[in-house]
Amino acid sequence: MNILKSRETILGIAILVLLAIIASRFPAFIRPQNLANVFTDTSPLILLALGQMVVILTKCIDLSVAANLALCGMIAALMDGAGVPVPVIVLAVIALGAALGAVNGLLVWTLGIPSIVVTLGTMTIFRGTIFLLTDGAWINAHQMSDAFKALPRTLILGLPIMAWIAIAVIIAFAFLLSRTALGRAFYAVGGNPHAAVYTGISVGRTQFWAFVFAGALAGLTGYLWVARYAVAYVDIAGGFELDVVAACVIGGIAIAGGAGTVAGCVMGALFLGIIKNALPVVGISPFWQMAISGSAILIAIAFNARSNRAPGRIILKQAEHRS
Amino acid sequence: MSDATEAPTHTGRQIPDRLQNPLTRALQSWEALLLVVAVAIFIANSMASPYFLDPWNLSDATFNFTEKAMIAFAMALLIISGEIDLSVGAIIALASTAMGLAMQAGAGTPVLVLVGLATGLLCGAFNGLLVARFGLPSIVVTIGTMSLFRGISYIVLGDSAFTGYPSGFAWFGQGYVFWVITVELVIFTIAAIIFGILLHRTNFGRMVYAIGNNATAARFSGIRVERIKFTLFLLTGLMSGIAAICLTSRLGSTRPSIAAGFELEVVTIVVLGGVSILGGSGSIPGVVIAALVMGLVTFGLGLLNVPGIVMSIIMGLLLIGVIALPRLWSMARRR
Repeated sequence: MNILKSRETILGIAILVLLAIIASRFPAFIRPQNLANVFTDTSPLILLALGQMVVILTKCIDLSVAANLALCGMIAALMDGAGVPVPVIVLAVIALGAALGAVNGLLVWTLGIPSIVVTLGTMTIFRGTIFLLTDGAWINAHQMSDAFKALPRTLILGLPIMAWIAIAVIIAFAFLLSRTALGRAFYAVGGNPHAAVYTGISVGRTQFWAFVFAGALAGLTGYLWVARYAVAYVDIAGGFELDVVAACVIGGIAIAGGAGTVAGCVMGALFLGIIKNALPVVGISPFWQMAISGSAILIAIAFNARSNRAPGRIILKQAEHRS
Repeated sequence: MSDATEAPTHTGRQIPDRLQNPLTRALQSWEALLLVVAVAIFIANSMASPYFLDPWNLSDATFNFTEKAMIAFAMALLIISGEIDLSVGAIIALASTAMGLAMQAGAGTPVLVLVGLATGLLCGAFNGLLVARFGLPSIVVTIGTMSLFRGISYIVLGDSAFTGYPSGFAWFGQGYVFWVITVELVIFTIAAIIFGILLHRTNFGRMVYAIGNNATAARFSGIRVERIKFTLFLLTGLMSGIAAICLTSRLGSTRPSIAAGFELEVVTIVVLGGVSILGGSGSIPGVVIAALVMGLVTFGLGLLNVPGIVMSIIMGLLLIGVIALPRLWSMARRR
């Protein structure tokens, strides 16, 4: 009975229903090859959503992920132009993304500034920095080396490396969140910060690491994005942070922190990815995309609020109040 | 989302033994500091560019902040009460699109204005309903409605635009009341006075502070928390509607990307104005001065040919800086 009630099951059923509706008109959409394409297409969203998820688990939010992605992507393209080998570029953008995330994390941790303010600010700063680096110029496909562009597209066992990276990160995060002290700390900090402090967990430090993870993933995705679409400019992935938050909310990650699973998060991203890929197939203008994801967010939070209503038992009412 | 504190001890505001001299208090206030910054920027600008002190140029400069500041007043009340509305830019887009549709149906200026106001109110009511009635967190609700409202504009307009608004409609965004005083500046001033009185001189305003400081205590003292929050979302929607009228009239056209990123600048003005993002404190005069500071900075940099995106870096730094500096200061003093 509990399995039927869990958000993940409901979301899984919603995805199957969605696929069934699309398949009833366009059977070609659910061919394995096409589904693999949809997954590959959704990989950037999955990667960023996983990073956002740990941030949201700790009661924060990171609105700067898309700007971080764009900045790291641009720097990857610039490094490629300078002749840096691709593996070095990949490591460098992961480190750079992590460093940008660490800036967010430090401001939240040491100064206690609310994360929404910090990341609204760094969002514009990161994007502005791209402009300062390039003077608004584009880096196009012909300015990028072949090795740079080929990596995310290289097929292994029929799937491009980009999809494999997403799968690897999903597995790594599932392990991180369920089997490591830091992973459990993310939940503890979001679930009850006061209790977390009593058990010896530093709330700020944990939030800091969440931002570092989100930043590192944004950096990695920045390279993948620029290499896959073979273009880098100031506005790439503009507004993508909203899709990322939407994927988390749809995936049942509680915005108040402390609740959510990797499976839910991935399914939330896939839900949006399927809609995005299905719209042109079904013949609906891509301009509908934005309104549809907006509605999906609203429906998802209404759903989550309802399932959250059964609260845990309050054992010590007084202690709960005093904190 | 923001109540994560490092230590479990409850650190309320410290209450001093005796009241300070009112003059010293006023001089130490955030608003006074902001005013000094505004004057400094004004002087720096007038020295940096010979074109700055021209009344017509200064009048043009007010467009940099009037539309955003109108919304910022309502947003300030909303943030003081502990909520936030990130959908204001999207409300402008939707209201502008609705006005465009009305214009195509042959509506005259009065009807266009009504359509703009009504759309703003409806959007605000929708946000308010979801937050106040269903108890959903405002930050996600308004991220959702932000996509939804602007998404509807994209569905209606796609990559086209509405143009050809009646000439009478241009008065709101391009007209002058007398000499260099623009219509928008007058609306801004009236809005500042109304919201100042509402927040600082009425029961309603006291209730807004009470809710922001402790919603549970406010409820126990008989304040209808949900109703007030709903009203605040309604007000924010209304002000976004008014801003939509001004902006559409000034640009003379509607694209679905109109007012993109407004929410960021509105929140920046509010926070810069000394309103605590955690709710419970802040003032309208602070917001007014913050709007002036922002307008002066953008205008001054514009005169120096600094591109818009670099200005947005400066806004971002300003947003983080004004919050970080007092905290760094108090950390340094505690050592």
